[in-house]
Amino acid sequence: MRAVRLSVVTAAATAAALTALTGCTEKSTAEGSDRAIRVTATDSKCEVSKKEFPAGHVEVAVENKGAKVTEVYLLFPDDRIVAERENIGPGTKQTVTAEVKAGDYQIACKPGMTGKGIRQTVKATGGGSVAKRDPRLDQAVAAYREYAQAQADETLPKVKVFTDAVKAGDLEAAKKAYAPSRLGWERTEPVAESFGDIDPKVDVREDGLEDGQKWTGWHRLEKALWQDKKIGAEEKSLADQLVTDLKEWQEKVGTAEITPTSMANGAKELLDEVATGKVTGEEERYSHTDLVDFKGNVEGAQKAYELLKPVASKNDPALAEELDKQFAALNALLDKYRSDKASYEFVSYDKVTENQQKELSDAVNALAEPLSKLAAAVVK
Amino acid sequence: MTDIQGSSPSRRALIGWTGAGLALGAAVAGGAVAAANAGNDVDPAAAEAGGAVEFHGAHQAGVATPVQDRLHFAAFDVKTDDRAEFVQMLKDWTAAARRMTAGQAIGEGAYGGLAEAPPDDTGEALGLKPSRLTLTIGFGPSLFDKFGLRDKRPEALVDLPKFPGDNLDRSRTGGDLCVQACADDPQVAVHAIRNLARIGFGKVAIRWSQLGFGKTSSTTPDAQTPRNLFGFKDGTRNIAGTEEDRLKKFVWVGDGDGPEWMTGGSYLVARRIRMNVETWDRTSLQEQEDVFGRDKREGAPVGRAKEHDEPFLKAMKPDAHVRLAHPDSNDGITILRRGYSFTDGTDGLGRLDAGLFFLAYQRDVRKGFIPLQRRLAAHDALNEYIQHVGSALFAIPPGVRDSGDWWGRTLLSEEA
Repeated sequence: MRAVRLSVVTAAATAAALTALTGCTEKSTAEGSDRAIRVTATDSKCEVSKKEFPAGHVEVAVENKGAKVTEVYLLFPDDRIVAERENIGPGTKQTVTAEVKAGDYQIACKPGMTGKGIRQTVKATGGGSVAKRDPRLDQAVAAYREYAQAQADETLPKVKVFTDAVKAGDLEAAKKAYAPSRLGWERTEPVAESFGDIDPKVDVREDGLEDGQKWTGWHRLEKALWQDKKIGAEEKSLADQLVTDLKEWQEKVGTAEITPTSMANGAKELLDEVATGKVTGEEERYSHTDLVDFKGNVEGAQKAYELLKPVASKNDPALAEELDKQFAALNALLDKYRSDKASYEFVSYDKVTENQQKELSDAVNALAEPLSKLAAAVVK
Repeated sequence: MTDIQGSSPSRRALIGWTGAGLALGAAVAGGAVAAANAGNDVDPAAAEAGGAVEFHGAHQAGVATPVQDRLHFAAFDVKTDDRAEFVQMLKDWTAAARRMTAGQAIGEGAYGGLAEAPPDDTGEALGLKPSRLTLTIGFGPSLFDKFGLRDKRPEALVDLPKFPGDNLDRSRTGGDLCVQACADDPQVAVHAIRNLARIGFGKVAIRWSQLGFGKTSSTTPDAQTPRNLFGFKDGTRNIAGTEEDRLKKFVWVGDGDGPEWMTGGSYLVARRIRMNVETWDRTSLQEQEDVFGRDKREGAPVGRAKEHDEPFLKAMKPDAHVRLAHPDSNDGITILRRGYSFTDGTDGLGRLDAGLFFLAYQRDVRKGFIPLQRRLAAHDALNEYIQHVGSALFAIPPGVRDSGDWWGRTLLSEEA
């Protein structure tokens, strides 16, 4: 995990645009071509050079002549984002490009980057109309949202077991409850991280702290339990805070911005978490419960993939076949590190040899590489 | 999408031009053009353009073709047991190698595709010239335990014996296959290995790799033999890419040498040789020169005036490197060398982690590297200052003939 990750949110912003894309695009020609729509933004106006343009590749060339920083959006009539550009400073120019099919759109300027913006209706002309999103993808998003919520709901009681043990000063019971309390979070980490203010409170490691930031959350308690081997008043109060912070996650998780592509890339990000933090043993450096997190990350990635699979396997059957194979291979490899396939008691990571770490790393790469192609398969 | 980036000449833009570069590569492989008198290792036309070396030919480029300045060498383990999947990866690799050696981005390129998906090409070589990139594949002994290939393992692809003084690190030794990427621009070589590794994920995984700089021998013998990190010229008499007779005799596997699939190929020995540069640097000039059997300034053999003067071996100390390594001391044994210096920073004791990444090609290691190294390992005065820490051996199959051919076809195609 990292201190702040907003990848799901930023992914969401561009994801909608992709639904309008039609395969590989031709990189556009020079600025100022006749396709370009010039937008002159001020603090009170949003003027467009033309209201009609041919469907296909469009460039929205924005000049901010106002005093405030602005942002410009190209929107579908239902407010879904086709393309956007934030942080356009006073006196600067930016170009936003998109592939659009024929239909009505809106261009919105947001001086000060707030509110619904100053809007202009524009029209892309030509044959065809904007493709509707595949309803199966909407189902996938809805199901994933439920999954994320369920994970949060099921996590809170497990966190309570952990924090109650900490508060009771029961070192052994706390150690035992530590890894299980993290599973739901690990399964939905990209969604959890999208609320940038919760992650740094609950899942930051000591080396990830910013100047002046107080170290709170799971890993602070992990260090107390395994390294310092004692529970004091400070730890007890941190246990309470962990519950408070995770309740906020539980309340917010249903509001996360989730799209088919953010799901797909979120799945890949879970493997990135494994590749950078778990495979190296950095994540759980005191408790060595990395393989539990590892498994949680893989399960979360697999859930997102399974939900997207009906569409992905139609658009790119070879990719789906490869993903099935690599998920199975990685899961089989992980099973070697637990005695019972239903159990989440894995071998302590300090007992995993360098050769085994390399084998795990190779298996993660083998899955993560095709998984990085899932987003494209979903929007094809 | 397009590769054209702004107004600077792009890698693809040069392709149209590189008729000259392609012709050169083919000619060197075929031995029709003498590049030996160019004055250095680089053909002037190709160097100016950072041109492309022809990928196709009877032999793989990267063996007898002119040695470039930089190296990224990678050894891979095979992770799949599905032969068809492995063959498909070799075909995918060949297609990518064909494009990269021509200076083109692979697949759909590095930009312009779906914003939410990673590009096919990683992009760090965009705008760079082809830089004479060559990619050379090899198959290690352990590969033949897989895919039912045991009866195709050449007898010459032996397991190297342990030589006295070897201190081999498992994590720098062996491999089911290798790719040698040589280029004049390090970024071009690294880009090539990185992208092949990426295409290979799930099928193969990198076991170890080595970056090299400052070629320590050339295949276009010239006025300036490169120096190694000990400051000495070595391998003055290396086989030139134009010496058809010596290549045929010592480098290329001939008809009847072994399994048919290797005809036109070669065998590659790779050794990571650590140099104890700090102790070497405290060694007197006299001893340094005695150890090599050459003078430091000219590179001339003991008692001679010029580097290329015929050495008088008996004038050298019995344990001098040149004396022991010379063909005359080894029943005429000659190997083609493409070694590179390396330094991977410093070790935990602050010593330069540096040395020679030795790459040698020969028709049969049992008649080439093995007897030679036996002699050197037992007697070479240089051993006090070096240690072999990594080792691998690969069968280098013949060249990819044309655009329909692929790396390893002679070994792995169903017809083969």
